[in-house]
Amino acid sequence: MADKPSAAELNEFGDAADAWFKENTVRDPGFMLPLTFMEVSTDQQFDFLREWQRKVYEAGFLGASWPKEYGGGGMHSEYQRVATRAMKKHDAPIMLNAIGNGWAGPLILDLGSEEQKQTYIKGMLTAEDIWCQGFSEPEHGSDLGNAQLKAVKEGDEYVLNGSKIWTSLGDRAKYMILLARTDFEAENKYKGLSFFLNPMKVDGISTSRIKKLTGEYGFVQTFFADARISADCLFGGEGNGWSMAMKTLEYERGAKVKPVGGYFVKELDVMQIVELAKNSMRNGKPLLDDPVMRDKMTQYMIDIQALNLNNTRRRMPQLMQDKPMGLPLMNKLARTELIRELTEFSLGFQGTKAGYYVGDENAVDDGYWHRSYLNSFSATIGGGTSEIQRNIVAEHALGLPKTR
Amino acid sequence: MDNLGNIGTTEEQIELMDVATNFCRDKSPMDKVRALIDDDLGYDPQVWKEIGELGWLAIAIPEAHDGVGLSMAEVVPIAEQMGRNLMSTPFGTTTLAAQALLAGGSEAQQAAWLPKISAGCAATLALSEDSGDWDLSNIACTGKQDGDSINLSGKKQLVRWADSAELIIASVKVDGNVRFVVIERSALGQGALRRESIIDETARSFEVTLDGVTIPADALFDASRTRETIEKIELAAGLIQAAEMCGGSQAVIDYTLEYLKTRKQFDKIIGSFQALKHPTVDNYVEYEKARTHLYSAAYSWGEQGRGEVAVRMAAAQAHSSYSRAADRSIQFHGGFGFTHDCDAQLHRRKAIFDGALIGDAAYQRSKLAGLLFD
Repeated sequence: MADKPSAAELNEFGDAADAWFKENTVRDPGFMLPLTFMEVSTDQQFDFLREWQRKVYEAGFLGASWPKEYGGGGMHSEYQRVATRAMKKHDAPIMLNAIGNGWAGPLILDLGSEEQKQTYIKGMLTAEDIWCQGFSEPEHGSDLGNAQLKAVKEGDEYVLNGSKIWTSLGDRAKYMILLARTDFEAENKYKGLSFFLNPMKVDGISTSRIKKLTGEYGFVQTFFADARISADCLFGGEGNGWSMAMKTLEYERGAKVKPVGGYFVKELDVMQIVELAKNSMRNGKPLLDDPVMRDKMTQYMIDIQALNLNNTRRRMPQLMQDKPMGLPLMNKLARTELIRELTEFSLGFQGTKAGYYVGDENAVDDGYWHRSYLNSFSATIGGGTSEIQRNIVAEHALGLPKTR
Repeated sequence: MDNLGNIGTTEEQIELMDVATNFCRDKSPMDKVRALIDDDLGYDPQVWKEIGELGWLAIAIPEAHDGVGLSMAEVVPIAEQMGRNLMSTPFGTTTLAAQALLAGGSEAQQAAWLPKISAGCAATLALSEDSGDWDLSNIACTGKQDGDSINLSGKKQLVRWADSAELIIASVKVDGNVRFVVIERSALGQGALRRESIIDETARSFEVTLDGVTIPADALFDASRTRETIEKIELAAGLIQAAEMCGGSQAVIDYTLEYLKTRKQFDKIIGSFQALKHPTVDNYVEYEKARTHLYSAAYSWGEQGRGEVAVRMAAAQAHSSYSRAADRSIQFHGGFGFTHDCDAQLHRRKAIFDGALIGDAAYQRSKLAGLLFD
């Protein structure tokens, strides 16, 4: 690993990143930019974000701490952190290739063969090769371990049959990280699963776009009908699919493989909601003079501040002694539910204008709040529903027995 | 949101947290808490003596007055562990009285009382009256100057631990202005104290009749620092009760978890039922938010403006989470929850009492709204 940089070296790099993002960041390309990689709907959006990621990578501000021999920058992780900070500061658009850079990349760098690293890493950094994720199935959403897509080995190939769903960027992806069942007789459901780096452009694989509740597109259902892929696509060995899938989640914390950098989801700036409230009227008076709205907004401020401070508290072992897994495990539940509630609350500020939606010139902030509220469900449902999150907190932080 | 305060700890805080965790657990087991409910005094004098010897009453008192010279931030982990173990003593009121003296007492008053408090003498505050108003300046008790002395009149309510306190700091109106006065316990006549029946059976509280009580004129606090004193009392009380309520929330959630992990119905451990599991997680999340706010408030103590936001957020969140967690604990214990033997009621009652003392969650939020939006 590269040496830890001096403060001066970091500052110099940070200034360069700052200048670059200041110069190159486009915030309004003339169409609505997706807030998350799950919301890429039109070709225009996709092309813009793909080009943007390539540009950031080529400038050296993405994958800066990934190994040089596979396309990374080979620098100390502090450099990437500084670059990401500059990206945030200039409110730059998201990085498109989330599943590639955030999930598949770290897994391959950690456990992949030399050949796999050579084959896959650079293309995911440039966004030339888009990746998607095939975990959920139409009949197995929350019960991921029960995935049924069948992978049968025939010679040096696997034959795939079944279907995956909620595949973000599935119609545009070159590869999918795929959880499939290779053994239907295994002693438990988890042991029958295997993990594949699956090519999407093969005969027998087709996708069908799903229209979201927002009216936009962004993900697909993927169908596998006697699709044949090379046995080399198997990753981690037969029967190890579940542990590979779980590993992809671990990399998020960046402990084992240095984070690629950037962000795939733009955090809602909650202070914007306070601004919206301050600028809204009710019965001819400022909205926040209304005692009910005032009290609710205050409670939300308490909630927001607590969750923000929790990020700091999580790194303070002296305040994490009792139930140390509590804070980390509750974060997704608490944050996504709060954002859902807050965005819903913001609709009530708008009076009659709450009736408008994206596309109408009379809509408040071009319908941003309506769209944010409807999209907030992607986070309370995706990545384990809030109900599953409560089970996880109950079982792993509070020690309650499993629900059967 | 950085401007709303940050979170951090001090070394002393963490050391005190460790000591207090063991001390309060060892000295306040539940059978003792239960036994003290029926005791007149309401606490173990030996434990009180040890609290004094540990120097805990001196923590936020400057070294010049024989104190330790730390701040309210270091009082927080102690109050938290006391709340967690339902260890009721005059610790909170004594700490508050010292803070009031520091905010508005004359040099002579500070010199006379702070070393005594540092050495373990109990003290309390007499603020509440029949109006029931949480606004500390809305009072009717009076003090009338008569030469070198002041004649007090009126009644003070919810004066905690008044029978143990050697010193009572009371608010009265003198010439129409709110003033604080130092009343020595010995100045109170026979029958001045009436023990009140309060919702929190682990605490002791008294109505204090001031009629006929005469104090020297130099018992008045500095007239120019009344506003400052009120603010200091509100914030210190908010921080102490928030800490106790946080500790209480933790305890009642653990108590509930213990039941959910052992009780069986329909051949299943009831903690496996999501109808019980999910709301318990939600209550736990609210508790952790409260604790985060508590240590943020401790960290921001003494910062103008920011300190008040942080304390009120902590008090609001601690009161709502404690109330909710204890309420659900009663429900989740089923029939047993309806009995006096179930500890959930001790916590539910204490949450009500603590809210009554400093202002409940809704009141804290109404004060916060003014700080945040106006």
